[in-house]
Amino acid sequence: MVKKVVVALVFGIGLAGGAAAQHEAALEPANTNIANTASLQRGAKYFVNYCLGCHSAQYVRYNRLAEDLQLSEQQLVDNLMFTGEQVFDTMANAMRSEDAARWFTVAPPDLSLIARSRGTDYIYTFLRSFYAAPGRPTGVDNVVLPGTAMPHVLWQLQGTQRAVFAEHDGVQEFEGFELVKAGELAASDYDNVVRDIVNFLDYIGEPIKRERQQLGIRVIGFLLVFLLIAFMLKKEIWKDVK
Amino acid sequence: MASTEADVFDRLGRGLSALGAWIDDRFPMTKLIKEHATEYYASKNFNVWYGFGVIATFVLVLQLVTGIFLTMNYKPSAAEAFGSVEYIMRDVEWGWLIRYLHSTGASAFFIVVYLHMFRGLLYGSYKKPRELVWIIGMFIYLALMAEAFFGYLLPWGNMSYWGAQVIVSLFGALPVVGPDLAEWIRGDFYISDITLNRFFAFHVIAVPLMLVLLVVVHIMALHEVGSNNPDGIEIKEHKGADGRPIDGVAFHPYHTSKDLVIVVVFLILFSAVVFFAPDMGGYFLEHANFEPANTLATPEHIAPVWYFTPFYAILRAVPDKLVGVGLMGSAVMLLFFMPWLDRCRVKSIRYRSWIYKIALMAFAITFVTLGYLGLQPATGAVPTLSLVFTILYFAFFLFMPFYTRIEKTKPVPTRVTW
Repeated sequence: MVKKVVVALVFGIGLAGGAAAQHEAALEPANTNIANTASLQRGAKYFVNYCLGCHSAQYVRYNRLAEDLQLSEQQLVDNLMFTGEQVFDTMANAMRSEDAARWFTVAPPDLSLIARSRGTDYIYTFLRSFYAAPGRPTGVDNVVLPGTAMPHVLWQLQGTQRAVFAEHDGVQEFEGFELVKAGELAASDYDNVVRDIVNFLDYIGEPIKRERQQLGIRVIGFLLVFLLIAFMLKKEIWKDVK
Repeated sequence: MASTEADVFDRLGRGLSALGAWIDDRFPMTKLIKEHATEYYASKNFNVWYGFGVIATFVLVLQLVTGIFLTMNYKPSAAEAFGSVEYIMRDVEWGWLIRYLHSTGASAFFIVVYLHMFRGLLYGSYKKPRELVWIIGMFIYLALMAEAFFGYLLPWGNMSYWGAQVIVSLFGALPVVGPDLAEWIRGDFYISDITLNRFFAFHVIAVPLMLVLLVVVHIMALHEVGSNNPDGIEIKEHKGADGRPIDGVAFHPYHTSKDLVIVVVFLILFSAVVFFAPDMGGYFLEHANFEPANTLATPEHIAPVWYFTPFYAILRAVPDKLVGVGLMGSAVMLLFFMPWLDRCRVKSIRYRSWIYKIALMAFAITFVTLGYLGLQPATGAVPTLSLVFTILYFAFFLFMPFYTRIEKTKPVPTRVTW
């Protein structure tokens, strides 16, 4: 009886979870790994070179970043800090948001938490899905976020691609991309650059994530041992209950 | 002459008992310990369903303690709230852990309380003489919902903001006073810095104070009448020569040692979430809440946190807002009347008929399904299904006086099953 109730409840919740997960289908898996420090270091380099000009990461502190990415303070200053900030500063950018709003119609969002609000797959697919759209002010549009105000910042690396749409029952559906003009990188190398950036964004979304998981294993390990002791104590105390 | 170790302990022991006697002359310390722990007898055959009360108490303490530490670094202002939460997550020593314990604790509290309430439905714990225990418990549940609602605005994420906007606007649906009432609650024409400030006050002092007092009253009422058990038998009716219930064991050390095991098992599951899935796939910490509150852009799909969604689904089940609000309110209020809606004399489901077993199962499935529907956008089959399950939800309560009266129950044993 009791067992049936538990099964019904767990099964019900499981079903709900499974069904709710099928949202936003067409995203490519980012396959990032925050344990890959080399990837995070490259991601940090791309981030300060390509992203930080317009986007800030206002909750990310430079020296914390260096520590987590195993960089010395000298390496940090030489490679990631270009505009005279202090190492204990957070990653601000030089563009005023009023200017940004005038130039791009919207101020570029802060990226500290973008991986947590949108997910890594979303950013990965977004950065690979710009296509030439000559009518647009930026010359490009994006399949993931149509009408985006963001220009294709990585165009030199990726090259120019065209989006192929086909009409199904009167609805324009996206079919795929066709490379029009090759960029500096081969397609797979470009994907790896994007992957490093996304990995970095995942890291800055929650810098404690790795430590959290490592601590979790130790906490649960301790609790399992303590459970054994608590269980033996309970058995000892209850043994005279007839 | 140096005293031996035994002497030291002997003197320490005498000193402590003298101190105890001194206190007992002035405060009922020993009396309270006896009444509520060492000489409070509860049935020896408690099953796992009886563990959720102690877990709920544990989570309450966890929320109070982590809440105090969060308050030390949190800034209750529209300009700083979101940033201060990130400051806690990144720059405060162990801040991330305190915050995750608190955010996971909120969801855990509801899981545990829902299971605790379901235990009451399984074993008739709301029936005579425990009607007040149940009703006080329902007030705790109301206070908990208020606490969760006020707390959810504090991170000042976009879902916090629009969630609060939607819920407060529900008060605006009331006739005549509605719009003024909603404005009075917000303290402004929209959810603003002023609203955040007053919600902070409610969340950190007004409601927790009420919660703690209600929990004390809940336990006092319980200890007055004694705990129910899975057989639904009054153990006080069978006392031994020493005047103690034969089927009862003292709360301390018997139930406390058992509760320790239960709390550790809970902590293992709880830690699995805190350390490995603190967002719980967007159910405990919603994705849209990692963007700061934006008065101009709503999240793609506004849904309350999962623990409110069964009632949210009932609210949306009918097209009329006022009727929806009325239904949602009655869905909660009906639970208060359980002691009188249920006409069956037998408490435990073990000895009740298949009618109640099926009704209760259907109710559990209905509640979970409504919770699921409340999370979905109101498109496709969702509105129709919500209406069907809303009808089922109300049918469970409204037909209860009839189907429980005609139950053919099994004979109830005189002593607990052990």
